[in-house]
Amino acid sequence: MSDVVLETRDLVKHFPLTRGIVFKKQYGAVQAVDGVSLQLRRGETLGIVGESGCGKSTLARLLVGLETPTSGDLFVQGKNMSKVSAEERRRGRRNIQLVMQDPYTSLNPRMTVGDIVGEPFEVHPDVLPKARRRAKVQELLDLVGLNPDHITRYPHQFSGGQRQRIGIARALALNPEIILCDEPVSALDVSIQAQVINLLEKLQKELGLSYVFIAHDLSVVRHIADRVAVMYLGKIIEIGTEDEIYDNPTHPYTQALLSAVPVPDPRRRGHRDQIVLTGDVPSPANPPSGCRFRTRCWKAQDICAEQQPLLEIRDKSGHPSACHFAEVRDVVHASE
Amino acid sequence: MSTDVNVKMEALAGVDPDALPLQVKDLHVEFRTRNGIAHAVNGVSFDLRAGETRAILGESGCGKSVTAQAIMGILDTPPGFITGGEILYRGVDLLKLPESERRKVRANRVAMIFQDALSALNPVFTVGFQLAELFRKHRGMSRQDAKARAVELLDLVKIPAAKQRVNDYPHQFSGGMRQRVMIAMALALDPEVLIADEPTTALDVTVQAQIMALLAELQRERNMGLVLITHDMGVVADVADRISVMYAGRVIEEAGVNDIYANPAHPYTKGLLESIPRLDLKGHELSAIKGLPPMLTNIPPGCAFNPRCGYAQDVCRQDPAPPLYQVSPSRTAACHFWKEVKGDE
Ligand SMILES: Nc1ncnc2c1ncn2[C@@H]1O[C@H](COP(=O)(O)OP(=O)(O)OP(=O)(O)O)[C@@H](O)[C@H]1O
Ligand SMILES: Nc1ncnc2c1ncn2[C@@H]1O[C@H](COP(=O)(O)OP(=O)(O)OP(=O)(O)O)[C@@H](O)[C@H]1O
Ligand SMILES: [Mg+2]
Ligand SMILES: [Mg+2]
Repeated sequence: MSDVVLETRDLVKHFPLTRGIVFKKQYGAVQAVDGVSLQLRRGETLGIVGESGCGKSTLARLLVGLETPTSGDLFVQGKNMSKVSAEERRRGRRNIQLVMQDPYTSLNPRMTVGDIVGEPFEVHPDVLPKARRRAKVQELLDLVGLNPDHITRYPHQFSGGQRQRIGIARALALNPEIILCDEPVSALDVSIQAQVINLLEKLQKELGLSYVFIAHDLSVVRHIADRVAVMYLGKIIEIGTEDEIYDNPTHPYTQALLSAVPVPDPRRRGHRDQIVLTGDVPSPANPPSGCRFRTRCWKAQDICAEQQPLLEIRDKSGHPSACHFAEVRDVVHASE
Repeated sequence: MSTDVNVKMEALAGVDPDALPLQVKDLHVEFRTRNGIAHAVNGVSFDLRAGETRAILGESGCGKSVTAQAIMGILDTPPGFITGGEILYRGVDLLKLPESERRKVRANRVAMIFQDALSALNPVFTVGFQLAELFRKHRGMSRQDAKARAVELLDLVKIPAAKQRVNDYPHQFSGGMRQRVMIAMALALDPEVLIADEPTTALDVTVQAQIMALLAELQRERNMGLVLITHDMGVVADVADRISVMYAGRVIEEAGVNDIYANPAHPYTKGLLESIPRLDLKGHELSAIKGLPPMLTNIPPGCAFNPRCGYAQDVCRQDPAPPLYQVSPSRTAACHFWKEVKGDE
């Protein structure tokens, strides 16, 4: 099992909803992440896709320890993070770094690029003596394709793509083995997006990194991921290799998601077999009983309201799928 | 509501009903900042026909939103100044109108959906109140009628249980629903032109598909022209009739959607299309355009794209910038080497 660098078992994060200022009374909870189990292997990229608000960023924050789980376990390199000593937890954390969603707001505008990239050394001062930090920061800037002489510049002097590179350089500072990318390219246009993706793939090869890559652009995820997990309202509803998910999706939500991806080819216009979902995403504070997707699903039967479908391999799904009626439907190639 | 449109027409002097609903001619906008003058828009021109969808593509910071703000008359002045050009609504130059007239055009004829839906809605008023205000102000409707119209509009943009949700505040709506409320507000007064600045960027694909379908339906029904600003090449392929590609404040290529995707005639457009992740590129490096767009305070002489361009020769590094060459009767490209770029069909 040494191949698994990161694992979660039944991870849950509920945000309490409270009323009252002095005497807070809880009247409910946002079930942002609700029972997620997954494994990340050495050197692989696990893509996570799903609708806005389905819990992707919350999951990422749980994985890097920025959020404490309501329940469930997180294993880093086989060690249960809630059962080890504080020192060991710190070392585990150092091994996982986060690249954040928005290159425009995730960097402190008052810090120089050198301070930003070198900040992890302030948090973990034992990693590198002060005298060698400047040289290390310049090396990191060089590694991500930025000019090492720009160490004294401020974030506003860089473009969106360059700012995202600064975030990547900072994430690499402590030589982590695992990097979590939360929508690292969503705010960028295609040509700059391609530069950043190429950089991530190059670093993975050179440094043997494992990635969790969160995005809502499904073609970007297909390009970079080895395996893909699809989330809906706090749960993983389908997981498999990139081929399994894109060529043989078996959950209706995955099928709808894939069929809605616009194809960058005007000749295909009007020839696509698009599944248009009706109805809105239910509130994560009050999810439907049974299958959470049933309120928007064209296959829903009584059983879907009564019984929560488990994420498991099924008769007509060779990879885990959380649908009572899981069945392959090729939506990506189903045009013409 | 076509009779209604005629009533509106009379209210603005000089309107020629046969002229195009929107024509932008040689628009120039600059920002006068402490670090110098940023040349954000440098001679942008395009036409929009009734019922047509024109997409504006281009890298972040190339001047797409500023162009839209200039059309709407909501440019941040200072530091932003329109230093040249015309913006014609049915033949009337909006830049010459007094602000009071301008406001009427903005509400009734040319409407806009903003890049950030939450910040464009007022958090202290209910969604229904904000919609109803439009009808009260611009159509002189009674409180009750206006409220009823607000519910109809929310229905139109497929907000479930519109009758109840009309009393909700913006923060009680999800991102996708807020975006639809913005669309409802923009469509409230039956505009002839809608400018949509990244209307679906914050949304995931399933909601995006719903919204684009809704816009297309409304366009067909009302023969409304749509200027769609986006960097999603998939959405553009799906809905655009014509495309203007911008780079550093200029339109560098203009053509029908099929021409652009099949045979780009400008190296920047070609680079954009090649950057899209494709299935057959799995496991390979994506072909990114190398380098970065220029600082708008310091645009290089000649073609602004030349430092990043594989086709560049000496002529590209010298002023004047390449003109828009006529590539075919219906398309133009601002590249000296458009023939090489485009290749044979
Ligand atoms: N600190 C918090 N307190 C209360 N609710 C929260 C908090 N953080 C997140 N949530 C809620 O948890 C749910 C999941 O949010 P999350 O940010 O993880 O979604 P996401 O999948 O990353 O969405 P997006 O694609 O829009 O980034 C949402 O309903 C959100 O409103
Ligand atoms: N208020 C302002 N003050 C100074 N400069 C500005 C202002 N607004 C815009 N600019 C500059 O004008 C240029 C064009 O900006 P614009 O917002 O039009 O870009 P865009 O093409 O819409 O980009 P994006 O795809 O990121 O939305 C940018 O370089 C920007 O820095
Ligand atoms: Mg998120
Ligand atoms: Mg913009």
